[in-house]
Amino acid sequence: MAAENREESILPHAETLAAPPTTVDKIFDKCFRTLTLVFTWATVLLLAFIVFRIGGQALPAIKEYGLGLLVSSDWDVNNNQFGIWPQIWGTLYSSLLALVLGGFFGITIAIFLTQDFLPHKLEIILKNIVELLAAIPSVVYGLWGIYVLIPILQPTADKLHSSFGWFPLFSTSFSGFGMFSAALVLSIMILPTIAAISQDALRAVPGKTKEAAFGMGTTRWEAILRVILPTASGGISGALVLGLGRALGETMALAMLVGNSATVSLSLFSPASTLAALLALNFPEADLNQTGVLMYAACTLLLITLVVNMLGTLIISTTTTKGGER
Amino acid sequence: MNETKNDLLQLPNLERQPFEPRALKSILLSTITIICAVLACVPLFSVLVMLIYRGGSRISLELFTALPPTAFQFDGGGISNAIIGTLFMVGIAALITIPFGVLAAIYLAELGPYSKVATIARFSAKTMSGLPSIIAGVFAYAIMVITMGGYSAWAGGVALAVLMLPTILLTAEETIKMVPKRMKEAAFGMGCTPSQSMTKVVLPMALPGIITGVVLAVARAAGETAPLLFTAIFSEYALEPNDPTASLAVLIYNYSNSTSENQLELAWAASLVLVVLVFILNMVSRWIGSRTRK
Repeated sequence: MAAENREESILPHAETLAAPPTTVDKIFDKCFRTLTLVFTWATVLLLAFIVFRIGGQALPAIKEYGLGLLVSSDWDVNNNQFGIWPQIWGTLYSSLLALVLGGFFGITIAIFLTQDFLPHKLEIILKNIVELLAAIPSVVYGLWGIYVLIPILQPTADKLHSSFGWFPLFSTSFSGFGMFSAALVLSIMILPTIAAISQDALRAVPGKTKEAAFGMGTTRWEAILRVILPTASGGISGALVLGLGRALGETMALAMLVGNSATVSLSLFSPASTLAALLALNFPEADLNQTGVLMYAACTLLLITLVVNMLGTLIISTTTTKGGER
Repeated sequence: MNETKNDLLQLPNLERQPFEPRALKSILLSTITIICAVLACVPLFSVLVMLIYRGGSRISLELFTALPPTAFQFDGGGISNAIIGTLFMVGIAALITIPFGVLAAIYLAELGPYSKVATIARFSAKTMSGLPSIIAGVFAYAIMVITMGGYSAWAGGVALAVLMLPTILLTAEETIKMVPKRMKEAAFGMGCTPSQSMTKVVLPMALPGIITGVVLAVARAAGETAPLLFTAIFSEYALEPNDPTASLAVLIYNYSNSTSENQLELAWAASLVLVVLVFILNMVSRWIGSRTRK
């Protein structure tokens, strides 16, 4: 309907437009088209240049330390000893913890929002609230984590440690800054991503499939767990992988909450460090040699996130079939 | 014979029974889902309440006009340089990325959507949108800070631009694609050159969608800290584009573990300002988006 209105608004100018292009028009056309092509190429080159520049800066360090840097845990600036294994461990561990928590909540919310639990208006309000969670800058989450979340967690964590200290997950005492607080905030931050993409996947499940299940006499949850979720599983796994990608690259909330100590521990309460936090904290004061090592760490992070993100995009594009009606 | 027939007729009770195990299981799962959904809303409200509670008391004219206090200054001070710094750097980033993104999007959506370059460029943009924000900072450090020999607002702007480009490009491409085909065909029928049909017909129609993308990208960039940490760093003085520059996000980070109660309060106040700014931008983009969908 709207398109027709717009058409009317253009028609009055038709007489002035209907003329063969002049030389100026042709030159302008040529320039404009070339310009768009140039910027398209520039997009490709920008990504290549990012990888090339960071890789180039990291090359001396890669040559000097080799792959040993990735598995070593020493970080001694004075003796030029560097190792980023604790950071790699911390990045993966915190992201996986966040993925478990954020994934559970994200998928539950996606189900809640798509399977007619709520009247349409409330659905939209809740959807907006979840989306606004993603809009809050990570540095604000960091501040909130330090002064609100950690004091709330402290008593519970102390109790868990004193009663279940033998269990590896609770084996160190809770100092506030550490894996658990960081992973919790991280899960809040990736929840909107997972919820949004899972919702798309769940909405793409054809209405017929769902109705067929109900026709067989299933309860609501039998239909959801045995028919709808398996049908949408491709899109949901894509959502989880992209959520993981976000968690891996997240910097500020982690730099502020994770405690920044190069320890490798299974304990949830132990302070740890991540690749992104290492970069954030050490770059400003780095000398030339250290810059190389940090670029090496940046390369590692870049590689991990690129692989995870490409995987996620691939899963979504191969499994999501469009045209499903609700 | 008779027996088997009877067996067939003995159907289970098909009526809904509210207390059979599977019905109870369904109710239980629904309850858990509702609890989860409520729990997920708690952080948002908690953040908002804390921002208003701890930062609200500092909202005054001084906050927007004065420079940050030193660690030994027990009251007063503001965040004017951080607000201006954030606006300045996001402005630079927008100036770079809007023409860049929109022109590339025109090529991707209209001039050569199936060409090889377009496929690779689309893939690059999608990959870049998943890039960790700190990598953008590392990149800007490598090309700007090392070559220019120091931290500057320009380097910060470039870092933010790397983050904004994919959002602007991909949303612009989507909206340009959504312009009805007959509009373009009508323009061609009038004898328009491809670029005339772009600038006079397609772009004006796609403008609201493009603006939505730009506003969203700006909102995201305004809250980014990681790319600014070692490109623009921080400063306690007024804006000097060639020197280290303050921004709201880095101010919050720097003051978050300050021992000075005054600076900590400013961190909360700055968070409030930042979140309000980001929320307003989000609302604006939604408003434009919903207006054009009708």
